[in-house]
Amino acid sequence: MNGMPIILWTDAMIYLLLAVIAVATLWIRKRPYLLLPWQRVMKSSVGMVSLLLLSLFVLVGLLDTVHYRAALPEKSNGQTVYSPEVLSLLDVLAKDIKSRNEKTYSAPLAAHLYAKESVEMPNGGVGRDYPRLKYGGAHLANPQRELFNDVLSRALSGAMAGVLIATLLAASWTALLYALRRLSVDRAGGMSTPPVTGRQPFLALLITTVLLGMLFGMVFNLATAYHVLGTDKVGQDVLYLALKSIRTGLVIGTVTTLVMLPFALFFGIAAGYLRGWVDDVIQYIYTVLSSIPSVLLIAATVLIMQVYIEAHPEWFSTSAERADLRLLFLCLILGVTSWTGLCRLLRGETLKLRELEYIQAAQAFGVSSARILTRHIMPNVMHIVLIAMVMDFSGLVLAEAVLSYVGVGVDPTTMSFGTLINSARMEMGREPMVWWTLAAAFGFMLVLVLTANLFADAIRDAFDPRLNRT
Amino acid sequence: MIAYLIRRILYAIPILIGVNVLTFSLFFVVNTTDDMARMQLGMKRVTPEAIEKWKQQHGYDRPLLFNEHEAGIKKISDTIFFQKSIRMFMFDFGSSNDGRDIAREIQARMLPSLAIALPTFIVGLLIYITFALLMTLFRATALDVMGVSLCVLLMSVSGLFYIIGGQFVVSKLWHWVPISGYASGVDGIKFILLPVLIGVMGSVGSSSRWYRTIFLEEAGKDYVRTARAKGLSELRVLFGHVLKNAMIPILTGVVVVIPLLFMGSLLTESFFGIPGLGSYTIDAINAQDFGVVRAMVFLGSVLYIAGLVLTDISYTMVDPRVRL
Repeated sequence: MNGMPIILWTDAMIYLLLAVIAVATLWIRKRPYLLLPWQRVMKSSVGMVSLLLLSLFVLVGLLDTVHYRAALPEKSNGQTVYSPEVLSLLDVLAKDIKSRNEKTYSAPLAAHLYAKESVEMPNGGVGRDYPRLKYGGAHLANPQRELFNDVLSRALSGAMAGVLIATLLAASWTALLYALRRLSVDRAGGMSTPPVTGRQPFLALLITTVLLGMLFGMVFNLATAYHVLGTDKVGQDVLYLALKSIRTGLVIGTVTTLVMLPFALFFGIAAGYLRGWVDDVIQYIYTVLSSIPSVLLIAATVLIMQVYIEAHPEWFSTSAERADLRLLFLCLILGVTSWTGLCRLLRGETLKLRELEYIQAAQAFGVSSARILTRHIMPNVMHIVLIAMVMDFSGLVLAEAVLSYVGVGVDPTTMSFGTLINSARMEMGREPMVWWTLAAAFGFMLVLVLTANLFADAIRDAFDPRLNRT
Repeated sequence: MIAYLIRRILYAIPILIGVNVLTFSLFFVVNTTDDMARMQLGMKRVTPEAIEKWKQQHGYDRPLLFNEHEAGIKKISDTIFFQKSIRMFMFDFGSSNDGRDIAREIQARMLPSLAIALPTFIVGLLIYITFALLMTLFRATALDVMGVSLCVLLMSVSGLFYIIGGQFVVSKLWHWVPISGYASGVDGIKFILLPVLIGVMGSVGSSSRWYRTIFLEEAGKDYVRTARAKGLSELRVLFGHVLKNAMIPILTGVVVVIPLLFMGSLLTESFFGIPGLGSYTIDAINAQDFGVVRAMVFLGSVLYIAGLVLTDISYTMVDPRVRL
């Protein structure tokens, strides 16, 4: 398939973030003192299991980040025209569940629509009945009788295949790690390090991998013939919508921090180190910003931004670009309103650090302020930055849902947990009730936020110097 | 004390001016008033006359900062900045898009907001502190671990879930209280119960955990060990020593939100149909009523600064070392 690769603004931010992480990894790998806290993270079962789950979310998010516009069939003049629809790799991989649209609501794993319609009866008359779905369970001749057995057998075979694949993966992974370790031990001259399998997180990771394999196998196998999480009002598969929402959540959670980090770092350290009028000005700025209740500030800014975007329709060639820019603006706004907390922390820490002997020694040697800031102060506040980043993530994911509900969140065409909940909210009042869209949105969000929280705790435990450890 | 208060209030003035300038530049410099009018009147096919008329009706037909057509003091006062921003210092917020006086609307809506927010605040505080004290009492046991895990789980659930789920279970399935609505006086209690319950639930995880951290930090200090060494019971130590000394960090986080209770909660109020300031703000956001949003931003920061002053005063009450 031909296509034109497209890098949206948030895609660029994500690539930038990836580059930062890659550089940081290379930097840390060479320095044992920086590696130490990470090794503590690696020894924590909770930390590693949540990292595994988080990386699955990140994988989905990254697949959804590689965007392109498909080429339309060529016109007579030989010019290639690209479709206005921006697709991502995730759309390609999930093409089946994306394109299998039903007419309207259908329950998870159902073979019939959720609403009665006029259908032709076998005897020729017209009656009211639940019509069959176009795709969900379409292979069954007699759903009433076969549905349960078919679902069960598909789930079982899927789970079994999943477990098998997960076990193979885990085994080859362990073998690889083991071989690498042997290699490094040999090179270090017979210095013995404890074997990988002896570590505690290993067992937890293994169990998680197998359970995940089981779950994924089941879902994959069922998704080939059913709507695993049902369909929404216009018949879209809810599983697909939930998967697409993951990227928005991740973008909000990470790009926001990326945006606010330079502000917080620069202003916080400058205020703490330089003091005097610089400190006064910076304190004034963040007192003003933080004295406005954040929801109101965000709402006001988003409203203004909406007007601004409405007034400049010529900027965007596709609606995806427009929605994307709104997402980026939302991140910017969230970043601008939330840097004050971190800034205050960093200012306090810098005030403490600048009185320490090694800074005074550097000053006595005539080292320039800029160099002291970058070489001596910045590395020593990095743990605060990292802890704040991971702690903020889950809060931002939750905030997105609330903001989208209030009407100042992402663009209504962007799939996100907030828009999903917002569109499904009224369905609770329907008779019979449509619960699966809400359940899917809240479920996915819970898992994402919970793992993020657990991971953040593991990071904090490993990095916070105030916690005394033996 | 008086001198301190005066100093604080004087210090608040530049901050409020900052807020004012910030909102002014947000609302009037980033977008022109023409954009705003076009947004209000619908984007398509708006005649310039209609825009002018709308601007005139709502008082936006003045220059931004300096009016050269007027004479004397009016050069400054007959501008958007003066009319729309400076007058907020007198709590004169002008009128909303549908022509009602914002200040009067705010007065009328404060009470319903408070009727929800105040019980939520008090009940919540009691429950969070009790829960945190219990976890501290059973620290480093399985109970503590279970409590913390529960907290982490509860704080990972979206606030929207508590509201939607609570409304569904309590009101729709069990029919205990009405789904939404509001009434003043004793009749209103049945409307208040559910929002308060959900408001308390919404932050039970994060708050209890936060208080537990504070208590644990205090419980590790030397004076606590001394108290135990003297033979005090663990409960006496907890209530008599740990709780008292943890008051400073607790007050830092708690007192500052008391004035903001007037603002109500955006989500709770709009879900439960409570005619308070929170739902007022949401309605204004949805109707893109900039005047109301601006007024709420200003009011919010005034209340926040009041909260900071109250925090300092409350320190003197719990800590004899602090003198203002």
